[in-house]
Amino acid sequence: MAGSNIVLDMKGICKTFPGVKALSSVDFQLVKGEIHTLMGENGAGKSTLIKVLTGVHQIDDGKIFLEGKEIRITSTEAAQKHGISTVYQEVNLCPNLSVAENIYIGREPMKRGSIDWDTINKNAKKLLEERLNLKIDVKKLLSSYSVAIQQMVAIARAVDISRGILILDEPTSSLDSNEVKQLFKTMRKLKAEGMSIVFVTHFLDQVYEISDRVTVLRNGKFIGTYEAKKLSRIDLISKMVGKEFNNIENTHKKAGDASIKSIEDNFVKLSKLGKRGTIEPFDIDIKPGEILGFAGLLGSGRTETAKLIFGIDKADHGTIKIRNKEYSYIYPLKAIQEGFGFCPEDRKVEGIIGELSIRENIILALQSSMGILKYLPMKKQVEISEKYVELLKIATPSIEKRIDNLSGGNQQKVILARWLATNPQLLILDEPTRGIDVGAKSEIMKLVMKLASEGITIIFISSELQEMVKCCDRVLVLRDRMIINELIGEEIKEDMIMKTIAEGGSSYGKN
Amino acid sequence: MEKTKNNNVFSKLYNMPIFWPLICLICIILINFIINPGFLKIEMKDGHLFGSLIDILNRAAPLILISLGMTIVIAVQGIDISVGSIIAISACVSATVIVSNGPVSLAIAAGIFVGLLCGIWNGFLVAYIGVQPMVGTLILYIVGRGIAQLITDGKILTFTNKSFIFLGTGYLLIPIPVYIAIAVTLIMYFIIRKTSLGLFVEAIGVNREASRFSGINSKRVIFALYAICGLLAGLAGLIICSNIKSADANNAGQWLELDAILSVVIGGTSMSGGRFYLGGTVVGALFIQSLTTTIYSIGVPPEVTLVVKAIVVITVVLIQSPIFRKMLNRNKLFRNYKTKKVAEV
Repeated sequence: MAGSNIVLDMKGICKTFPGVKALSSVDFQLVKGEIHTLMGENGAGKSTLIKVLTGVHQIDDGKIFLEGKEIRITSTEAAQKHGISTVYQEVNLCPNLSVAENIYIGREPMKRGSIDWDTINKNAKKLLEERLNLKIDVKKLLSSYSVAIQQMVAIARAVDISRGILILDEPTSSLDSNEVKQLFKTMRKLKAEGMSIVFVTHFLDQVYEISDRVTVLRNGKFIGTYEAKKLSRIDLISKMVGKEFNNIENTHKKAGDASIKSIEDNFVKLSKLGKRGTIEPFDIDIKPGEILGFAGLLGSGRTETAKLIFGIDKADHGTIKIRNKEYSYIYPLKAIQEGFGFCPEDRKVEGIIGELSIRENIILALQSSMGILKYLPMKKQVEISEKYVELLKIATPSIEKRIDNLSGGNQQKVILARWLATNPQLLILDEPTRGIDVGAKSEIMKLVMKLASEGITIIFISSELQEMVKCCDRVLVLRDRMIINELIGEEIKEDMIMKTIAEGGSSYGKN
Repeated sequence: MEKTKNNNVFSKLYNMPIFWPLICLICIILINFIINPGFLKIEMKDGHLFGSLIDILNRAAPLILISLGMTIVIAVQGIDISVGSIIAISACVSATVIVSNGPVSLAIAAGIFVGLLCGIWNGFLVAYIGVQPMVGTLILYIVGRGIAQLITDGKILTFTNKSFIFLGTGYLLIPIPVYIAIAVTLIMYFIIRKTSLGLFVEAIGVNREASRFSGINSKRVIFALYAICGLLAGLAGLIICSNIKSADANNAGQWLELDAILSVVIGGTSMSGGRFYLGGTVVGALFIQSLTTTIYSIGVPPEVTLVVKAIVVITVVLIQSPIFRKMLNRNKLFRNYKTKKVAEV
């Protein structure tokens, strides 16, 4: 597969954003007439790599060769000039223009100083028929067609601009399985014509169905490029997650024997809860005092499930039963009053209130559950804040300091304190150890175990399987926005979780 | 020892958000005093206090009211540019009641109530429909004066009802509007800072998403803020029309929304929301009113008054900006460095 027909060669690409190394020395080679899939979890650097290639971002270091010649991609126009064109995840066309207009917008053929509409319509029709096997009326508005057709039009436009390289960034995320089949047929046709395609997707099945080669990125680092046929699913996942099978140690220790205290005890029961397009309906019985893990790759629906339980997103299906009270949906304030707490995944956007003090951040949830009129007296606020600053060992000279001056780990502890102050019975922790240093990580893990031993039920979500294995009594495995399996007790091992994610596994909730 | 303590007190004062607005206010009063030494004099006549300072307080009262409302709206990253029009509507409604010989209490209640209604309309658009605050309040900004004209049939209503006029021109040692402004400021302070509303407002202003995760119903809070802002504008409308004994749909409260926004900014509240300072706003409003009075009293030609005002405001805003102060300091350091070098040579 190597040799002279390498179309695009990226070597040692580095890109740094303030505070984050998005790409560190990434290599990427594209061969003529191949479909090359880019894999990696969210934040692995896929989008950054694509944005570098399409001129949205400029590289800090490294070289890009196009057919052997070094090029510099300084803008999106430059990328198009080099024959690299992209179809982004969201269709970015104009729904209020016709199909033909959308294909030729910005580069309309002219005749005697005005736009040559006949040629536009004729060429658009020819382009769609010959290259994509799509027979539609190109004079109709784009909005009159389905999302799948719109996607095809976007591809047609990209194919027409492109001279050999086409980038498809998650084109399948809004398509159903038939439409995906149609898209793949088109991709194979383009490939046969000699087009080199870079394909990004989250869906494992699609990777194996369509790609020739796979490049895996993790945390902005290049992991490797592999022939799709020779790479087993389980290997692919362990490369994405960053764990090899042989060196996995099984460190499962029970957090006391809290696992199955009393099955009869009705605490929180979710029946057929779901939201269209976000997460398939699921049943979960949350038992008091357990640590329940949600495992799965990022984007598998873990966070979405948690948000549904806490009422951040409104469920459009199913019911939530809390101690015999039944709700068809729930909202954050109600959830807090029912004794729920939620440490969100994105600490900066969803967690901290940057400009406010540590004290104000800690009492916020407690105060909102008490309402506007019952304002906690300052003495009480200080008392609560100081208690948790001491208990959680938050490193700060004063509780009146702004929270955004703290380190990530300490910010996370403040968010934890915010929920502990409400005296919760169910605490949802979504990636509580993300983006914080190792010391703080182990402190937070210890804290989670301690809380569980004190009888607080915990839903634990983490990308680090080791953490899940360490503390969970029960793990639900999610894939492609669905809960696919349940692991209990001794079954909770890293290899088991990975295997379940890879293979799909049994039928959760069907028995 | 003594000196460091003094330094501490000074730096504490220096870091207080109200420091710069206060300095500005003091400066403009000093300038006036230099130009006209009688400026600070307060006399007792017929049991009333008279003097330029009292006059400024009196005239600033409506501006203080709407600036307070504007502060809390700006704190949640909003804005209400319709307050001037709300003033016109409320003035016309209450004047209509008075002219048709209705009771004074009804006139006052009606004026405040239409202000509240307007605020509710703004709050509904911004909080529940999700219209951009500027666009949402622009609607009432435009249509408000039209509504006011419809109410008065396009005429300027004048009246002589003594007890209604008392509201805007009366005296109990000091003018009645000053009492109203003080009372409203205290009530606002109580509502905002002695309940958890202030905390919620600041939380929403800094990070609306995270506030939602903490269980705050931001829509309801934002709605309430616009309603309060409208109510205060209604009250300001009452004072203004009672003060000039007439209601003019076209001119009542004109440009006042801009002065209010300026007062908020000078008072130290950022236009991007978050932390807000009611005290700073009051000082800011007093500053704007002093500036206007000064420009008139030192006889700036009418055609350049707005330019003078603009220059002063730009200067004040620049002085307040931490980035600009840093630049100034750097220049000073640079100069010191240069002189040092010269000395060495």
